[in-house]
Amino acid sequence: MKVNGIPHPAPTDPRRLLSDHLRHDLGLTGTHVGCEHGVCGCCTVLLDGAPVRSCLMLAVQAEGHDVSTVEGLAAPGSPLHPVQQAFHECQGLQCGFCTPGFLMSVVGLLAQHPNPTPEQIEEGIAGNLCRCTGYASIRRAVNRAAELSRQ
Amino acid sequence: MTTRWFGARVPRVEDERLLRGRGRFTDDIDEGALESCLVRSPYAHARITSIDVSAARAVRGVVAVYIAADLPFGNLDLPILIPHPNLTHGRTQRCLASEVVRYAGEAVAFVVAESRNIAEDAADLVQVEYEPLPVVITPEVGAAAHHLVHDDVPGNIAAEMLQEVGDVSAALKSAPHRQRLRFRFERGAACPMEGRAVWARWSESERKLTVFDSTQSPTSIRGGLSVLFGLSESKVEVIAPDVGGGFGPKIMLFYPDELLVPFAAMQLGRPVKWTEDRQEHFTAVNQERGQVHDVEVGFDDDGRVLALSVDFIHDTGAYTPYGLILPIITAAQVPGPYRVPHYRVRFRAVYTNATPTSPYRGAGRPHACFVMERTLDSIAKQLDVDRAEIRRRNFIQPDQFPYDLGVAWQDGNSVVYDSGNYPALLEKALAMLGPRPVGDHVGMGLGVYVEGTGVGPYEGAHVQVLVSGRVVAATGIPSQGQAHATVFAQVVADELGVEVADVEVTGGDTRRFPWGVGTFASRGAVTAGNAMAITARMVADKAKQIAGERLEVDPADLELVGGSVRVKGSPGRGITLAALSVLANPVRYAFGGGTEAATQFASKRRPGPPLADGEQPGLEATGYYSPPGSTWASGCHAAYVRVDPKTFRLEVLKYVVVHDCGRLINPLVVEGQIEGGVAQGIGGAFYERLAYDAEGQLRNASFMEYLIPYATEVPEIEIGHIETPSPLNPLGVKGAGEAGVIPVGAVIGSAIEDALGVPVTEMPLSPLKLFELSRL
Amino acid sequence: MKPPPLEYHAPPTVEEACELLGSLEDAKVLAGGQSLIPLLNFRLARPAHLVDINRIRGLDAIYERDGGVAVQALARQAAVEDSEVAARVCPLLTSAVRLVAHRVIRNRGTLCGSIAHADPASELPAVLLALGGHVIARSSRGDRIIGAGDLFKGVFETALKADELLIEAWFPASPGAVAIVEESRRHGDFALAGVVRASDRLALFGVAPTPVLADPVDPVRGLPPSGDLEATPEFRLHLVRVMTERVFAA
Repeated sequence: MKVNGIPHPAPTDPRRLLSDHLRHDLGLTGTHVGCEHGVCGCCTVLLDGAPVRSCLMLAVQAEGHDVSTVEGLAAPGSPLHPVQQAFHECQGLQCGFCTPGFLMSVVGLLAQHPNPTPEQIEEGIAGNLCRCTGYASIRRAVNRAAELSRQ
Repeated sequence: MTTRWFGARVPRVEDERLLRGRGRFTDDIDEGALESCLVRSPYAHARITSIDVSAARAVRGVVAVYIAADLPFGNLDLPILIPHPNLTHGRTQRCLASEVVRYAGEAVAFVVAESRNIAEDAADLVQVEYEPLPVVITPEVGAAAHHLVHDDVPGNIAAEMLQEVGDVSAALKSAPHRQRLRFRFERGAACPMEGRAVWARWSESERKLTVFDSTQSPTSIRGGLSVLFGLSESKVEVIAPDVGGGFGPKIMLFYPDELLVPFAAMQLGRPVKWTEDRQEHFTAVNQERGQVHDVEVGFDDDGRVLALSVDFIHDTGAYTPYGLILPIITAAQVPGPYRVPHYRVRFRAVYTNATPTSPYRGAGRPHACFVMERTLDSIAKQLDVDRAEIRRRNFIQPDQFPYDLGVAWQDGNSVVYDSGNYPALLEKALAMLGPRPVGDHVGMGLGVYVEGTGVGPYEGAHVQVLVSGRVVAATGIPSQGQAHATVFAQVVADELGVEVADVEVTGGDTRRFPWGVGTFASRGAVTAGNAMAITARMVADKAKQIAGERLEVDPADLELVGGSVRVKGSPGRGITLAALSVLANPVRYAFGGGTEAATQFASKRRPGPPLADGEQPGLEATGYYSPPGSTWASGCHAAYVRVDPKTFRLEVLKYVVVHDCGRLINPLVVEGQIEGGVAQGIGGAFYERLAYDAEGQLRNASFMEYLIPYATEVPEIEIGHIETPSPLNPLGVKGAGEAGVIPVGAVIGSAIEDALGVPVTEMPLSPLKLFELSRL
Repeated sequence: MKPPPLEYHAPPTVEEACELLGSLEDAKVLAGGQSLIPLLNFRLARPAHLVDINRIRGLDAIYERDGGVAVQALARQAAVEDSEVAARVCPLLTSAVRLVAHRVIRNRGTLCGSIAHADPASELPAVLLALGGHVIARSSRGDRIIGAGDLFKGVFETALKADELLIEAWFPASPGAVAIVEESRRHGDFALAGVVRASDRLALFGVAPTPVLADPVDPVRGLPPSGDLEATPEFRLHLVRVMTERVFAA
């Protein structure tokens, strides 16, 4: 399977969750695990460009697919991705644990709706829990991200 | 010093790393560690008659399985963290239970294996024989004591405490009006997005223990581990790396895993890690919010409170590791911003067969605020007086500070409000709230609170200017998202006249700073912030002193600006901090970086030894701030809601917060704290309740059923500020971490009662609850 | 919370999938996984075998047939949500899919998987019932059509046999007014209760062990709703009355 464009050998243990495979077999610890039942969204990655819960996929299921994680949004040393930049400008994060999941969800949202309406933004962030921010700054960040992505 | 940074909305220095996915949370650390899991009791109360781990030990990939008998400290009762004379029947659990379990989730065995998958497979094979015992759930059932949680604790009463100011009985008797009210609060959970995790390594060659722990107090963990394992403190390192939210449960200390993981690492000669999963988090991690209050209030024709008697039961769960802090806080905070000339409060901390309780954001204050605010609303209703007006008539006035309540506070002192302006909070909130929206079933809610913040004993800081000119600072306390690295950098940058970007702050790492208490109770900015200011000031003074010698100028005529010490009014005459850092360390051997300037032949000789008596090398200092007492923040929230009269769905139409935490170091950070706190308050008001059944089973131990609000459930809020600087500390700051959550239940409850006309006396509410109330 | 030990199979064709289901003891089909994998993580489900059908090609079509829309086994809920065919032929289905969890779940979850899982609080089985649709179950023994009325047997229980794979669900077009309304605690949560209107037919979900057809005039007659943490039986019945009134008021 490809992760952030780089091919990796197939995982061997069939019951290894994709989230654990990314974090502990591939060392990509940016994707986080908050619940392992698909509710919190901390583990959200892109599968062939669409947001999915990596805790609800077996790693073997990702074979033959393209997985994108937060580490792939901006190469080390290069500028932040517009969505990352927007979250920084609008203080859309505090502890940072839910953040990668939000970033990937928002990247997926903007790929589908580059000019999202408020309703589409609400739908787009509706499936991720944050315990720190109260979501207001995250909403602002998504609006700002849409602006920056259009530039 | 400059005042460039104090009060500035500085974007966070933490963000870049976290946004790139390069955070380092405890479970991110592998480094060849073995993984582990705990076997926990499924019963809320049972005698253990046998434990058989042989099948578990035989599983391929399992390295060790421990039960109490395998531990040298197996018979040790974990400490009561905050002893108190009224805690006459305090009880704590042991690391691993072997005789009796008293809550579902209590740890019984510890499995260490090559992977968590295998550890869980082995855990399935651990055979424990339980003899179920009668279960006591809910504070009322606990207090009724038909069955005991601890055989040697009569009545299930861990502690009882009575405080009285004035003569309440007499005042109640003579009051023109009286009311009796009862309020009830269900348990809730903090649920940070990152669960708890511990990673430990024992280095045999260095005889040193290194522990990474998602904790709010690395210094305390270090202390405990050094005592438990008989190690010198200097040989125990505890680091809180990035922590994904704390909110209280992570200030509970010495969870069994915090001892078991280091123990296993020492035994097995390999690093060991443990990361809880969300399901066990619900019962393994301390909870809060369970209380029942009986109130009697006496008041006059104008609605002035004359006497208040509060008698409450606090659900402490199966054990009392955190002592009595929660009910002490509740007892102290009921009067809030109001004059209560005669106040009597009694509490009993009662055992139940449920997870032990310890602070969750708000820590007893949400209950206190709800009790007082709903009582005032009830008085207003009886007298047909506007709810805001009732509060105006009862407020402590701005000219009445310091105001001594006469009751005990959580730091051993008495409650003395230092400053505030409660009437101004209310007026501003009402102005921001504006007129009531048109429509049916719209209600207004109001809540005012006072919050004790910035408790001691102290915090410290180390600040150093490196020879490169960069500044490094450290404190003992960790961050869980409160942007300490940014906020403390602002404080230091102001003192030293440098850019925030030039100051690197480390916290929560005993290797960098070994002294301190922890991050909790809205104290970080007050204690560590002031320690940073005091310490940076010491460094600034030293810089001026050295520069003064060099420039032959009185230090009083010098200022720190733009990374240099300059003569006031003569910006061309100055020395950079980098150069001063070099000069502060007289050396024999230069090693580059400008250090030639400090060698013996290059340097201007001053009379006496190169290091004067009492002088220390380097442009650095270590300093401490110990508060004389808490400093008191306050606020007022107000809201309009609409409730659907058929489905009982809640819609928050407008929510305003006016907030006074003294001077603000970084308004962006404070607003973030408030927004997050309000969201948790909304959760606690209408969504979140830990649903225990009569057998002590938690029926909603998952995010599917424990309803943490998504963005769709949390309204946008408007925030206004009032500043009454704290007279108690140099920076004039007060704590802000818990403010957002404290009055939300009172506000939402009051608004729903106003909208629907149903009596609201409990938290949380829900559509089901409103349906039932509407049919009474 | 990690899955228990299991044997994993990823057949590349429907035939092989059916053979495996026919020959293995204690096997579960893994399609979207959005319902099954949480159960595996909680160790509430411990199947000896997982038959992952995601490798099968050509089983994800959404197409028009017989005056309705057919959805094959591997069509993701998100694909149904975005499908022009579905929106044109059966707008009720499009509305219903939008209520299922959150988009991120719908990106993996399959419509047929939701039908086969038969959670009494889920929307899609009730829509199938309200419209009078059917499913096609395939095994090594051949295909059989199971009408909605005969499909749902109990909580998480359908008429599908252990060796059968649900390969297609068919939703007839509905003339007249259609609507789906549910009450849930948070946006995207399972419904406390819900109603589906297809012209003058009414189906309820979340109030019985299976979706049930009801009389719009007296929707709660004979209903045996259960109580749980967020809704007592009385509250459920109350919500059903309220929602039925709303969908038939328009």
